[in-house]
Amino acid sequence: MRTTVPAIEVDRVSKRFRIYRERPTSIKQRLLTSHSRSEDFWALRGISLEVAEGSTFGLIGHNGSGKTTLLKCIAGILRPTAGRIRQRGRLAALLELGAGFHPELTGRENVYLNASFLGLSRKETDRAYDEIVAFAEIEDFIDNQVKFYSSGMLVRLGFAVAVHVDPDVLLIDEVLAVGDEAFQAKCLDRVRAFQREGRTIVLVTHALDTVREICDRAAMLHHGELHALGAPDDVVREMRYVLLGVTDPGFVPEEGTREVEIAEVHLIRANGKSEGPVLRGDPLTIQVDVRSNAPVADLDVDFAVLDGATNHPVLEARTSRVGLDLGRVDGKRRVRFRIPGFPYQPGKYWVTIGLSSRETGHLYHVQTQRYLFEVVEAPRVQERVEVPVRVEVEEL
Amino acid sequence: MAATVQTFERTSEPAHLRVGERLRVLVAHREILLNLVRKELKVKYAASVLGAIWSLLNPVVFLLVFTFVTRVLGNAIPDYPVYLLSGLLAWNLFSTSVSGGSRSVLGNANLVKKVAFPREILPLSAIGVALVDYILQMGVLLLFILVSGFGLHVPELALLPLAFLALLAFTAAATFWLAALNVRYRDVGHLLGIALLVWFWVTPIVYAGALVQDQLVDRGALWPLSFVNPLASTLGGIQRALYGIVSPEGTPVLYDVSLGWLAAVIGAVLLVSLAALRLTWGYFFTRSGDFAEEL
Repeated sequence: MRTTVPAIEVDRVSKRFRIYRERPTSIKQRLLTSHSRSEDFWALRGISLEVAEGSTFGLIGHNGSGKTTLLKCIAGILRPTAGRIRQRGRLAALLELGAGFHPELTGRENVYLNASFLGLSRKETDRAYDEIVAFAEIEDFIDNQVKFYSSGMLVRLGFAVAVHVDPDVLLIDEVLAVGDEAFQAKCLDRVRAFQREGRTIVLVTHALDTVREICDRAAMLHHGELHALGAPDDVVREMRYVLLGVTDPGFVPEEGTREVEIAEVHLIRANGKSEGPVLRGDPLTIQVDVRSNAPVADLDVDFAVLDGATNHPVLEARTSRVGLDLGRVDGKRRVRFRIPGFPYQPGKYWVTIGLSSRETGHLYHVQTQRYLFEVVEAPRVQERVEVPVRVEVEEL
Repeated sequence: MAATVQTFERTSEPAHLRVGERLRVLVAHREILLNLVRKELKVKYAASVLGAIWSLLNPVVFLLVFTFVTRVLGNAIPDYPVYLLSGLLAWNLFSTSVSGGSRSVLGNANLVKKVAFPREILPLSAIGVALVDYILQMGVLLLFILVSGFGLHVPELALLPLAFLALLAFTAAATFWLAALNVRYRDVGHLLGIALLVWFWVTPIVYAGALVQDQLVDRGALWPLSFVNPLASTLGGIQRALYGIVSPEGTPVLYDVSLGWLAAVIGAVLLVSLAALRLTWGYFFTRSGDFAEEL
């Protein structure tokens, strides 16, 4: 019997973290410094959402968007700075697999310890024990200390315990992405079984396809704010757009010694313009103007198109690879990479342009994910396909 | 069905301790406590052939050494091993609980940050571990008392449960407070080490309580003030219960007070300790909402 009362109600929840530059962590320091300097960081701002009983809710967003913080607030590990959360029923949170495993204990002892953290009594663990060990596929090692386990075995055991808990509400943070493919499939099966049993699941993940596949509803967090809320397809699409504005921590936007520079880049659409959306299957020309500050004889020009949602390159080409020699470059050159039909799924795509030495690989000038275009219209396929690229160079 | 489903609310307000409700939560999570105590004991004696026997070996060696030493060298206190151990074991219960408990939240940072469970379980498990050792070692001591012919003193023995409870309540109060404080101020451990050293020597454990009484009576009948030290009063009670005789062979050893008077003082310590426990537990509980953030 389903009730209309939501299993989880998040009501205008905000969470502030204080980032202390000089935090007194000892009584001595506390006595010596009159005040501590701190900066506020709002990990969550005014989040409101509801998770219906028996539904599966996907929570997505880039790293640092506040997903895990929200999950920890729901689990009661963190206290919200403002707002409130109402949650009904027995809750188990899987924030990290095998959190609480102790290396000196055997696998068996750790199963019992871990199960108790997830709310299982000794009797319940006794009953599930054989199944847990079988699920983890470590029957032979269960009486060894877990310090001798491989990381894969630890993860399997952690998940095996976790999926045998018996909660009304299950919070899962990014733990489905562990193990080999076969084990992942097994884990997903288990999640589906939970769904059939009418349990409420909140899933934090980076695997957008998983969200579309198994979630009933989804929300996307962006810089601590609720950016999108609704059907998984819509939220995932929104996620793919927004992800593009986000860069990796080790991201270097521009580098190189600049003997030759990228002067101008145009992404020319089918209509000849260098702005506006690209229709899927339409031709696209990446036009790179280079300018040399010193004569260079071994210039190699390349580009890469990266899927904005995954940051994976989907298309690359390089003048040297098609056997094109730009010769001695002294002054300006224009290189056009012609893509006869851009075959990939709608979404945003980044373009990286690189100038390097054909001989040594030395970087003259690289602009990483500087240029952006958007492909529209729904696709049917998303395989990587061979796309012939014609390259031409002309004197300017 | 729906009526039996519990609703939890988490607000921005720091939680306030409701003792009865919280006790039920802790009882519901007793499995974690038992497992953590089991884990600690297991890890403590892991990779040792004798296992928990190590815990028993300690008092046995003490008993043998002190029996031998006092026989050979003589000692101001008759049956010194019984006197020493009745106080020392109780002291160990207190000091290992407090020092283990003060590290309990900090030392389990990974758990606190990743797993939701009642945080009180961490200091409680430190007390639990000390308690298991205490009970085992008390078994050795009681056995010695019976076998060596020292014998039990019946009316005095009735003080044991009361004094033990008072000691436990005081220990728990101190442990909760220090565990929460140590999250905020990391040098609590160092200060505690020094404090425990001083505390050990101002409490009559290795020397006779009667000495303190003598000294203080000479300075103006202020000696009951020594009972302000809760360990002096509770350990005094345990010593009285096990050692029994105030002045064996004419040597003053224990506090020269009536049983009733001592019981009243320990009763008062128990009440004050329970009140303190309510306060420090409340402090711990309120602060525990932010532990995950501060670690």
